[in-house]
Amino acid sequence: MSEQKNVLLRCEHLVKEFPLDRKRAVHAVSDVSLEIYEGECLAVVGESGCGKSTLGRALIQLHKPTSGKVYYKGEEISAMKPAQFAPYRRQMQMIFQDPYASLDPRMTVRDIIAEPLVTHKVCGDREAVTKRVLELMTAVGVPGEFLYRYPHQFSGGQRQRIGIARAIALDPSLVICDEPVSALDVSVQSQVLNLLKDIQAASGLTYVFISHDLSVVRFISDRVCVMFLGKICEIGDSATIYSRPVHPYTQFLMNAIPVPDPHRREERAILQGELPSPIDPPKGCRFHTRCPYATEECRTREPELREVDGRMVACHHAE
Amino acid sequence: MKIRKTAKSGPGAAVQETACPDTAAAQQEREALVAQLGESDTFLDKMRRMASDNKLAVVSAVVIVLFILLALFAPLLTPYDFDEMDLLARLAPPSAKHLFGTDELGRDVLTRLLYGARVSLAVGIIPTIVSMLIGAVLGMISGYIGGAVDAVIMRLADVMLSFPSLLLAMVIMYTLGDGIVSIFIALAVTNWASVARVVRSETLSLRETEYVEAARSIGVRDFAIIFRHILPNCIPSLIVLFTLNVPAAILSESSLSFLGIGVQLPNSSWGLMVNMGRSFLYNAPWMSLVPSAAIMLVVLAFNFLGDGLRDVLDPHLKNS
Amino acid sequence: MEQMLLEINHLKSYFFTRKGVSPAVDDVSIRVPKGKIVGIVGESGCGKSMTAKSVMDLLKYPGRVVEGEILLEGRDLTKLSAKEKRKVRGEDVSMIFQEPMTSLNPVVKVGKQVREAILIHQKTDKAEAKKRVLEVFREVGISEPEKRYDCYPHELSGGLRQRVMIAMAMVCRPKLMIADEPTTALDVTIEAQILKLIKNLCATTGMSCLLISHNLGVIAQMCDYVYVMYAGKIVEQGDVYTIFDRASHPYTKGLLASVIHLDTPQTGHLSTIPGVVPNLMHLPAGCAFCGRCQEAVGRCRAEKPELYELGNGHASRCFLSIESEAIHE
Repeated sequence: MSEQKNVLLRCEHLVKEFPLDRKRAVHAVSDVSLEIYEGECLAVVGESGCGKSTLGRALIQLHKPTSGKVYYKGEEISAMKPAQFAPYRRQMQMIFQDPYASLDPRMTVRDIIAEPLVTHKVCGDREAVTKRVLELMTAVGVPGEFLYRYPHQFSGGQRQRIGIARAIALDPSLVICDEPVSALDVSVQSQVLNLLKDIQAASGLTYVFISHDLSVVRFISDRVCVMFLGKICEIGDSATIYSRPVHPYTQFLMNAIPVPDPHRREERAILQGELPSPIDPPKGCRFHTRCPYATEECRTREPELREVDGRMVACHHAE
Repeated sequence: MKIRKTAKSGPGAAVQETACPDTAAAQQEREALVAQLGESDTFLDKMRRMASDNKLAVVSAVVIVLFILLALFAPLLTPYDFDEMDLLARLAPPSAKHLFGTDELGRDVLTRLLYGARVSLAVGIIPTIVSMLIGAVLGMISGYIGGAVDAVIMRLADVMLSFPSLLLAMVIMYTLGDGIVSIFIALAVTNWASVARVVRSETLSLRETEYVEAARSIGVRDFAIIFRHILPNCIPSLIVLFTLNVPAAILSESSLSFLGIGVQLPNSSWGLMVNMGRSFLYNAPWMSLVPSAAIMLVVLAFNFLGDGLRDVLDPHLKNS
Repeated sequence: MEQMLLEINHLKSYFFTRKGVSPAVDDVSIRVPKGKIVGIVGESGCGKSMTAKSVMDLLKYPGRVVEGEILLEGRDLTKLSAKEKRKVRGEDVSMIFQEPMTSLNPVVKVGKQVREAILIHQKTDKAEAKKRVLEVFREVGISEPEKRYDCYPHELSGGLRQRVMIAMAMVCRPKLMIADEPTTALDVTIEAQILKLIKNLCATTGMSCLLISHNLGVIAQMCDYVYVMYAGKIVEQGDVYTIFDRASHPYTKGLLASVIHLDTPQTGHLSTIPGVVPNLMHLPAGCAFCGRCQEAVGRCRAEKPELYELGNGHASRCFLSIESEAIHE
């Protein structure tokens, strides 16, 4: 939806592996290269083990990439020492999935939201910080009277709002949203999504929205990136991908979503088989063990991302 | 930053757009709110809450303070001296003259109890605090930083734990010579390792929580994370450890004294009194029973106080 | 008239805590016909899981069934002895849970766990029981059943674990399976497989299913009949088409409007239900939903509505429903 195409964050051949022992490792992210444009919302979608959460964290250097480079506004942040990187840290914040675990149970709401302000010495004295916290609480819709309450006294939706207030406190340019609504009730999901959309519209910040739910993502994203087992399957504009998904995995993912309409109970093709483990990914195209269209080529050679019909796809058979 | 402000707080309400700086009216409202809410839960508030919710903890605190006062003012409270012998009244049962009777050398048991309180309480509390400070700090650093630092600290702790603690205490006492300070050092040194292990394992699990990850994503430095997030969440365990280690220290001291290291006769400590009185358990039971009762009272008091403190510090139990 | 397998009549399960009594399940009546899938939908804290656990008598202290009857083919389960209840559990009624990792014993191989389910209820020897286990594994679509028999739960993926749970639930051919959020913790492609499996099992064995979920998509795809719960009460019930096409209760309408699906418009705001679920111990004097209801009138705040029949098995706990139905007639 944004006309600007300035690249805010870019990663090249990003790899993140978690070694288990001398021989084996969890290949969470394998050779991912993508660009994130200023002001957009890029959704990263996939199921467990696809590496989306790890990718989000590796982009903002919460995990040190095993190899590959990450550039923020042209600067190579992946190569920086912690001291050098500190000012950039302010520009990239994160909203976490679990509203019950992402807030320190022994801190008051005021202290939780104030933490970024205090760490980076943004406001003046204690009272100034408190005022700014109140401002942020109002902005996310948490009543100011709850300033000195503890997390357990709030509902899941309210806690998530507090997490959002904490993330935007420093006025970052990029916010990674790691499944921010997955743990919330249906009616609360919409409230929080509306809030996220409003915040982006008002401040022009950039989102990387990580989710397993393609329907949620469609509402808020400009571009979508579908991942499977550490690799990108398909990436492009939301409108294009949702109307004409090309990669078989994307198609199956969309088919699998249970439609909340009892009149639409047609038999749709269901993906068979189990999710392969990221410890021992299949050779060739990583999706071939579950793909009904797999051929010999798919079993031996990994597909490259290439442009098909206005988006990038990694599939040998994409037309 | 431009933020859309909601007209009334709450979702689904009409949305107005305002640009920073926001309206004077909103600012004034916030200032009033800040003044009204004041500061959060202060120490005094916590103590008041404990007083109203947990009478047992308050009673226990009073008991402990009472014992400390008795110990401090011992000379003023008793006409006898702790080593004053009355050989005509040996092993005398409790009477008006000797409220808790006398021991095998005619010394007044009550007097020895009061003087002994000085040693036992000091030995129970001070080395425990020191060992917990050392153990907690080392445990948190070890657990949070990991790697080589963790390995070194834990191997050190392993070495400490592999020695029989009494033997180790004896060695330290011999090296440092007699005196109450040596006892303090000996007990502190032998106890820090188990505290460090417990705190380390708590730290390891706390380190993986999402809120610690959130703190890192904000840019909070490691030491700040340890003291702001890890330490407060370790406090319940630390309190429990404290209430367990204090009586252990009191009893360790008694073993040491019994072995001839530590407090020497004719000085008095509760542990020493219990041990000396064992031989006279049938004919003069008050010699052992009185100091045992004192130890038990103090230990129970610390336990209940510890429970009360843990509850009062737990945000889940805060009524608002 | 369909034959009823399960009839829950005016069930009340309360939690007795130090702070007060929480009416987690407040006068709930549910009918499950033979061979059908009945859904209970609602958000967290509405009481749907508690209802299911009450049927299986799995409520933990301080919760317990206070009133009501649970009739399984005419037999009142609440009046059975502990021994009889144990017999019912597994043989006549079985349950599968949301998180298979915590429902399975992590230190026992899965084959053995399922075999135990057989041995408790039927008099066979271990070899026979093992054969039956492998049979059921095949039925629920577990590939390489002999190999999986000897696996520990942590060695299996989420989908496989849920299949093991279903196998354990199916092994004694129960008449009713209660599925409490069976796919919430699963990835969407695996969820599709499991839902298809449950539907097939019900179709082929004539088993009924009481499906509990907060996911309206799952309910729409699976259920024949739906009960909507809010704050411990049933606020609307009806067959699945009626509920999705002609929902009457404002909560149901709000819920349906706030569900995000692939056809939701991308611009503007999503429809929401303002506010939060009330604390069960401090419910308002009138209708529990009145604080969040866009259509509330004075009467709603003062009186508690009953469950009003709207014809054809459709009922709604709202004063405005009967008025609007009256207008339609």
